[in-house]
Amino acid sequence: MLRATSILALTTACALRLSAQQPASPAQPGPAPGPAAPQDPEQLKALEARVRKLEAEAAAREATPPPRLGGAEGSASKSLNPDISVIGNLVASAGHDPVRPSDGLDLHEAEVALGAVVDPYSRGDVILSFGDGGAAVEEAYLTFNALPGGFVAKAGKLRAAFGKVNPAHTHNLAWTDRPLVTENLLGGEEGIADAGLSVSRILPAPGSLFLEATGEVYRGTSGDLFEARKKKDLTAVGHLKAYQDLTENTNLEIGLSYARGHNPAGEGLVTTLRGLDATLRWKPLLRSIYTSLLWRTEVVWSRREAPDGVRDAKGFYSSLDYRLDRRWTFGARVDRSERAEAPDLVDKGQSLLGTFWLSEFSQLRGQLKSTRYAGGAKGSEFRLQLVFLMGAHGAHPF
Amino acid sequence: MPISAPSRLFRTLALAATALLGLAAGPALRAGGKLNVVATTTDLAALATEVGGEKVAVTAIARGYQDPHFVEAKPSFLLNLRKADLVLAVGLELEVGWLPPLLNQCGNPKVQPSAPGYFDASRSAEILEIPSGPVSRAQGDVHPLGNPHYWLDPRNGARIAEALARKLAEMDPGDAAYFQGRLADFRRRLEAAEKRWDEAMKPYRGRKVVTYHRSWPNFTSRFGLQVADYVEPRPGIPPSPGHLVQLMGMMKREGIKVILVEPYFDLKTPQSVARETGAQVVVLMPSVGGNAETGDYLKLFDYDVDQLVKAFRAAK
Repeated sequence: MLRATSILALTTACALRLSAQQPASPAQPGPAPGPAAPQDPEQLKALEARVRKLEAEAAAREATPPPRLGGAEGSASKSLNPDISVIGNLVASAGHDPVRPSDGLDLHEAEVALGAVVDPYSRGDVILSFGDGGAAVEEAYLTFNALPGGFVAKAGKLRAAFGKVNPAHTHNLAWTDRPLVTENLLGGEEGIADAGLSVSRILPAPGSLFLEATGEVYRGTSGDLFEARKKKDLTAVGHLKAYQDLTENTNLEIGLSYARGHNPAGEGLVTTLRGLDATLRWKPLLRSIYTSLLWRTEVVWSRREAPDGVRDAKGFYSSLDYRLDRRWTFGARVDRSERAEAPDLVDKGQSLLGTFWLSEFSQLRGQLKSTRYAGGAKGSEFRLQLVFLMGAHGAHPF
Repeated sequence: MPISAPSRLFRTLALAATALLGLAAGPALRAGGKLNVVATTTDLAALATEVGGEKVAVTAIARGYQDPHFVEAKPSFLLNLRKADLVLAVGLELEVGWLPPLLNQCGNPKVQPSAPGYFDASRSAEILEIPSGPVSRAQGDVHPLGNPHYWLDPRNGARIAEALARKLAEMDPGDAAYFQGRLADFRRRLEAAEKRWDEAMKPYRGRKVVTYHRSWPNFTSRFGLQVADYVEPRPGIPPSPGHLVQLMGMMKREGIKVILVEPYFDLKTPQSVARETGAQVVVLMPSVGGNAETGDYLKLFDYDVDQLVKAFRAAK
């Protein structure tokens, strides 16, 4: 029954197509008008054959692949997982430092970075670090990059935009340690990193000058630098960045930073920090993977209120890095910093550095470091650092 | 009345916020009625100029003689990106080290990867060397999504131009016919040029060459050349002496006389390999603007084909 119906339908379709393709000639009487099933089995067979032929021709003409049936394989959540990368930072040291002693061999940290677009309005980044001191959330924030008016906002735990060293993770620095001025005035490796909100915007500027202002507000507790006793003891951070391409290969960046927060010395006591950073980069575009030069200096002024008065301290570092070829970078750094609580005490240091790049994803760095602490104590160390990255390819530091 | 420190701080912050909000007046307008297009590479910029003509203002981030993997995310690029209506990216993670941070900081919602103003050219091109087995960095800096140097096949140039004409028409429907007209003209010129290139390369089809980096699979497959090996043992890994000895032995055995190098790689190693094997080093331009003679997409192939023909002739 089914077969008879389908043959009927096919013949009808065929007859209609034939009549459309070949107008009936008046000399040959055409088929009776209207769909009528042919009775002759021979005629039926012939029509069936013609249907098949026409269908084959149509298929060849269109030659479209059959539709793909079913959805993608696997679990949907996997394809929406964040990009994951793991960064290891292993430090070995020889020699001694009486003020900041370090272990002979130390897994300084293993960092896990997770990043993904959250929705059409924001992307999320979470950076967890694991080390001898346990696990910590280094950063965890949302970046709202689709705001109107050219604003970019970040909310969450952030490394504050104070200068150049504070926002950077240790493994992205050009050294195995942080400069003395960071240790003495800016809260050490932890630095200013706190839960808060950051808003930045590119400002109008003449010519090709790049100007960007960043304003940040934090909870107010950041290592041993800031301590909020009340909810309103917030920390405020501001940064103004000016950048100019001097030539295609050379550029200069100047930054001004400001931070103000309550310090642990007593209730209502405030620490104010001001910073100036300057970076000069030279990297010939045609040979960028083989040679480059980077000079960077940061100066920080600290004003710390204490129960018995105000302490004004300052410090700076200056660092030069030269890429000799595809695998070697050499550098030097000079440090000098007063101590925030006792500005009369001045620490000084010098470092020589050499970095061997095994690949873009692992590097071996040696640092010969000599420190003369206030009071006459001397530190003399050789530090060897191995940094490696696995997983998602992150942004190149600039 | 003296102002206390917290209220002074509050006042400063409030002033700063007001100033910032004042600057936010109105979105960036199109330059003289033109669509602002920022391409990550000069090749995509050249194709956008072919199709967009005077209806678009096109700039490129990377220079044609620069290694596109290692472009620095300079803040000056943000000045163009924040005003862009359309961003053209090569995709396949070629720009992974620098485009995401630039887009994240530019404060322009129109060109974020999920927005209509973000155009990934790889989606309209034939992609080669898509890994089918396990991928790991033991293979070097591999591109897990396929080889991103696909613009070096003129057929992909035509495909991208076609997709660009559609994208530009979508953003500027009033000029759709203009874009289609320019696309047709570009295709005509490209077809004529392809005949010329095919004719010139015909005697050398099937020749084996060595290349420095894996930049040329689309180019060599289009013009019938075979890449026998690479100077870099793996993408992004500098050559070791052991690898070079092996490479030179193979070149002598197979009679390979041409080493193709991109302008941004040091020529010392390829030249010493060439000296040992009697081959010659040919610096081909991988991108528009690599030198003064490669000013547009067609001239790029004119130059590269010309250099290759000269090298093969000399190798006879």
